[in-house]
Amino acid sequence: MIMCLAIPAKVVSVEGDKARVDFGGGVLREVNIALVDVKVDEYVLVHAGYAIEVLSEVEAEETIRLWNEILEAENKVQEK
Amino acid sequence: MIAKSKFRDPNLTRQVADQIHRVAPKGDHIKICHVCGTHEWTITHFGIRSLLPENVEVIAGPGCPVCVLPASEIDEAVELALRGVAITCFGDVLRVPGSKMSLLDAKAEGADVRVVYSVADAVKMAGKETNREVAFFAIGFETTAPSTAVEVLKKPSKNLSFLVSHRLIPPAMELLLGIGDLHIDGFIAPGHVSTIIGLKPYEIFTKVYRMPTVVAGFEPLDVLFAINRILKQFKEGTARLENEYTRAVSYDGNLKAREAMNKAFEVLDGYWRGLGRLPSSALRLRKEYLHYDAREKFDIKIKHGRDILPGCQCHLVMIGKIRPDECSLFMKVCTPQKPMGACMVSVEGTCRIWASVSKSV
Repeated sequence: MIMCLAIPAKVVSVEGDKARVDFGGGVLREVNIALVDVKVDEYVLVHAGYAIEVLSEVEAEETIRLWNEILEAENKVQEK
Repeated sequence: MIAKSKFRDPNLTRQVADQIHRVAPKGDHIKICHVCGTHEWTITHFGIRSLLPENVEVIAGPGCPVCVLPASEIDEAVELALRGVAITCFGDVLRVPGSKMSLLDAKAEGADVRVVYSVADAVKMAGKETNREVAFFAIGFETTAPSTAVEVLKKPSKNLSFLVSHRLIPPAMELLLGIGDLHIDGFIAPGHVSTIIGLKPYEIFTKVYRMPTVVAGFEPLDVLFAINRILKQFKEGTARLENEYTRAVSYDGNLKAREAMNKAFEVLDGYWRGLGRLPSSALRLRKEYLHYDAREKFDIKIKHGRDILPGCQCHLVMIGKIRPDECSLFMKVCTPQKPMGACMVSVEGTCRIWASVSKSV
């Protein structure tokens, strides 16, 4: 396993400190969620069987928007 | 969740690469350092170096938790295994050379060495086999340490102990800045370590060392944008701490995880393979959990080991001083099938990652 690799997965069900998550394509796995506050349908980063953080969908979209904005601004500066 | 392809958009990639060429200073050699095996994987597999101007170099620091384990701590695990303790460990650790043998060699001699996916598996095994001593070889950086902490704090079955070999990343980054002839101009900080520790531990790099530092995710565009931001700061003559990976990293990091780590562990100096002792760079169990400490329980303390075999330049690869292909052993006598050094063993090791795209494989 890649030690610092963390893979996004969607939370399908929660029971105490355990959750069943979907890594995509219907591969379900039980992970420990003691380190995060997470609800069904949210996405978590899973590392070595533990969810280490909840992924922010808003921030993911914001990142893409920001990248486009930065490039646009920098291209404009370049054109001047 | 937003599609992965958006973070790999070819059109956006082309634009960022163009922007990098425009913003990169002409002439000066710029060295950007990352400290994460997964970043090296992204950079190598997506050919990111080929998109950069000739004078912009990205080097890999000591970001592979398996590679940085000193031989003495592999020796401790081997000793435990040979004394009849069932060793549970991540698969990557099996073939890492100790001074005399690896855990795989110990297994071949009949020792009980088991690969697990997670510390939770070790807890389960110990719970089922209460008449057997089981030890979990707890390696990894801040990304992995919280999971060990969670299980220690739950006070697992008494026949389970922990050989704690966790390491902390910021002290290793600081070491790199102290190496006079390395001349780093900026840091790509490791995204998943940062989900736990947040941004504050990196402030020293911008405030004290004036080093542009950008926390980055692991998609190709994450890394390219981080390089772009660092070059921009370099051009402006500033040193800011930027967070490019906001979808997973917050300023404070994961408070629950940090609290669990603080409760279970204390910080002490630690040895890193080939790099020597780094101050405040390792973790050990706090007094109240010492009965779970495998070193205490079985009175095992091996001080010195043989970290680097003659001819192996892992210690120079690990600090980004040389590239894997600058080592005379690389892909000649040192291959993934027959590794000579830790950097070729772990799938996060720089040599192993380079080997996976090397034509001679």
